[in-house]
Amino acid sequence: MYSTTEHIGVNELGDMIINVGPQHPATHGVLHLVITLNGETVKKVEPHLGYIHRSIEKMCESLSYRQFIYSTSRMDYLSSHINNHGCALAVEKGLQVEIPARAEVIRVLMGELTRVASHILWWGALAMDIGAFTPFFHAFREREMINEIMEETCGARLTMNYMVPGGVMFDLHPNFHKRVKALLQQFKDKLDEYDELVTYNTIFINRTKGVGFISAEDAISYGMSGPSARASGVSCDIRKIYPYGMYDKVQFDEVLLQEGDTYARYLVRMQEIRQSLSIIEQLIDNIPEGDFQAKTKAVLKLPKGEYYSRVETARGEFGVYIVSEGGMTPYRIKFRSPGFSNLSALDHMTRGSKIGDLVATMGSLDLVIPDIDR
Amino acid sequence: MEREELQQYLGGLGSLTFEEGGEWINLFVESGDFRALMEQLRRDEQLGFDYLFCLTCVDFKTHLTMVYHLSSTRYRYNIVVKSKLDRQQPEIETVCDIWRTAEFHEREVYELFGVKFMNHPDLRLLILPEGWEGKNPLRKDFEDEVNMIKL
Amino acid sequence: MISFSEIASSVHQWLNSHLSPAWVLTVEMVIVGVAAIALFALLGLVLVIMERKVAAYMQIRLGPNRVGPKGMLQSTADTVKLLVKEGITPAGADKFMFNLAPFIAMITAMLLLAPLGFAKDFQIWDLNIGVLYVTAVSSLSVIAILMAGWSSNNKYSLLGAMRSGAQIVSYELSAGLAIMTIVVLTGSLQLSEIVESQRNGWWIFKGHLPALIAFVIFIIAVTAETNRAPFDLAEAESELTAGFHTEYSGMKFALFFLAEYINVFTVCAIGATLFLGGWMPFHIGNWEGFNHVMDYIPSSIWFFGKTFFLIFVIMWFRWTFPRLRIDQLLDLEWKYLLPISMFNIILVTVIAIYHLHG
Repeated sequence: MYSTTEHIGVNELGDMIINVGPQHPATHGVLHLVITLNGETVKKVEPHLGYIHRSIEKMCESLSYRQFIYSTSRMDYLSSHINNHGCALAVEKGLQVEIPARAEVIRVLMGELTRVASHILWWGALAMDIGAFTPFFHAFREREMINEIMEETCGARLTMNYMVPGGVMFDLHPNFHKRVKALLQQFKDKLDEYDELVTYNTIFINRTKGVGFISAEDAISYGMSGPSARASGVSCDIRKIYPYGMYDKVQFDEVLLQEGDTYARYLVRMQEIRQSLSIIEQLIDNIPEGDFQAKTKAVLKLPKGEYYSRVETARGEFGVYIVSEGGMTPYRIKFRSPGFSNLSALDHMTRGSKIGDLVATMGSLDLVIPDIDR
Repeated sequence: MEREELQQYLGGLGSLTFEEGGEWINLFVESGDFRALMEQLRRDEQLGFDYLFCLTCVDFKTHLTMVYHLSSTRYRYNIVVKSKLDRQQPEIETVCDIWRTAEFHEREVYELFGVKFMNHPDLRLLILPEGWEGKNPLRKDFEDEVNMIKL
Repeated sequence: MISFSEIASSVHQWLNSHLSPAWVLTVEMVIVGVAAIALFALLGLVLVIMERKVAAYMQIRLGPNRVGPKGMLQSTADTVKLLVKEGITPAGADKFMFNLAPFIAMITAMLLLAPLGFAKDFQIWDLNIGVLYVTAVSSLSVIAILMAGWSSNNKYSLLGAMRSGAQIVSYELSAGLAIMTIVVLTGSLQLSEIVESQRNGWWIFKGHLPALIAFVIFIIAVTAETNRAPFDLAEAESELTAGFHTEYSGMKFALFFLAEYINVFTVCAIGATLFLGGWMPFHIGNWEGFNHVMDYIPSSIWFFGKTFFLIFVIMWFRWTFPRLRIDQLLDLEWKYLLPISMFNIILVTVIAIYHLHG
């Protein structure tokens, strides 16, 4: 099935072997793909990982249950809130603490804002992969508003570190409500503009329709999750099937499409932006008063056992698996990152397509490299 | 099927031991029976565990434990399959022809824990650079004087 | 009012009164050469800063705004930077071809400036087969790209060059046929005569539907021929990093870069000459007063105005459209543009035979 990697040159069949990355405009980070080409046609894609591997799992073994959460912000930096949420949930499962209602709402609000920010950035990045530069800058305009909201409340723009076991770290900033309202209004105006610029563009549709197809069975077998799997018709939204936080109390639809191509993945994410905005709209006027953090002990100790929590990040299912031996630090932590599994399907999806399709498909998977390498 | 029912059904599949507690059903299987059980879990119409969402290993200093988190997209069951491995000669059958996602996950476990997956098509280092064969950073006795921060 | 043609003729007279005819010719050739190189450099600088400002406007940002007033000297500063940078030749490259390629690209671009009528009676070389000359010389640019891609010893460059070869050779057909439409209507290959034939109205207006179709096809084809988005597959930043000029640095890169912009200028100037009347002012039939007012605007402003309008349109394409895939690109040419242009040229022949045009 595989031969050993030929890093340079041409293999025995006369196929060209090209290194895409670790520095390449299409890989959005330090992903390294060794692709085998027959002319313009891709015959094999082999990812080489580890350029940003920091062994976060090993580091977490020597960090306390309060500290390790923050290292997960550095994994999938575009959905750090949701990663933090997943870790906090796992610790809370062990501690058996009750989360105040206000904290739950804040967590969901922040999670959905993160999802919108992540999807909107992805929208720009995909358009750039396909050759349109302008959407990227338009995407940053809206993303900047979300970053400002985050900055005010959490003190940081990217790695927020806002979730703590038992709630959130600070209360909301007084401007939060006003700013989120302005954001919702902005999106109402601009989302149609986005559609006009990219979604209905004939070249864009030609470049993405039927490209990078993966069937539902294959998507499941490759462990794909998130919008990439939902575009193949796999119902896998953790928020719906195993609700956490207060997702069972808000109204939203799981966006499912059957086509399984790049365009479907695109449409799923564009729909998800709208769904996330509707969740924010439902919650922003109904933030309950009260504590934002439950009382917890200064030093957290989880009872001996295993704890697994699953959350839905912007890229898919994020799992935190904690093995505790009863000490102050986790005995073993495993992070199940969505990008890692999604990437493993790339070879299957792009065999036989053109180089341009490879770039489009890779863009549509929304890979974040630190999330894959950890 | 409810949890008890499912546990009973699973008990009939072979020689397994169940671990009490935990959010999901935890079952232990000997590494000899492991492959047959996994195939059954995937193919059984009543179960249909088609989604391997997490595959990892834990080093318990006396032994290694492989942990497979399985989910059924049809019935929404979740189970955890574990198998103890010898720490000196960790070997287990691959599952990457049953769940293709396992290919990358097994390569990751191979380099981080040194577990050898038999019949894996392409068991090479995935994340670590060349020259790290045989060093298994996520094992508890791994020491790196230069880069490790101890608290 | 000072016009270019008056300057040219007074220089010519002054030289004739002082020197022998042979020396006049030599001196004039030197002057023209210097002027062409100056124009080449100046156009490059202007177009680069224009592109960056247009892009900034489309992308809701400011663009360069530090060097000089409103950042207008940014491209000059960049050129100086590129001039003093080291031009690296990769170890495995074919050195001769590698170093020759940017010069061929530049020379081709400069040769194309020769037959352009920049203003009334102001033309470097008004040869009687001007249109043929333009199509012939412009197709040489593909050689430079192929040379660069092949000699770089880089697979990205090679892929970019091969894409570019397929693309330029294909799109030349439609571009040529679109140009032929106007030649059929005018009955001349000489650019000055083509401009003269539009005294009573530009071809895009009086050429009926075929001229309009030809104009649209021409704009699409030349966008592809100059390797600009949405047809920038030869460079395709997100796929091939920088395509055929991946390995070039310093001034050798700058020559490719400048040549691209000069090519854009040239094709837009050709487009303006053929379809929009060149330096000819905008005239409407018998509206004497209106036509008289239009004549007051210098012919050079008409020419550059039309050319820069077309350049703006091509830049607008670049900052709006995503890139096509290579097979879609060739489909567009061979399955759509070429059949349409062939049909169009039959149509225009009928119009020309029955003298249906104005």
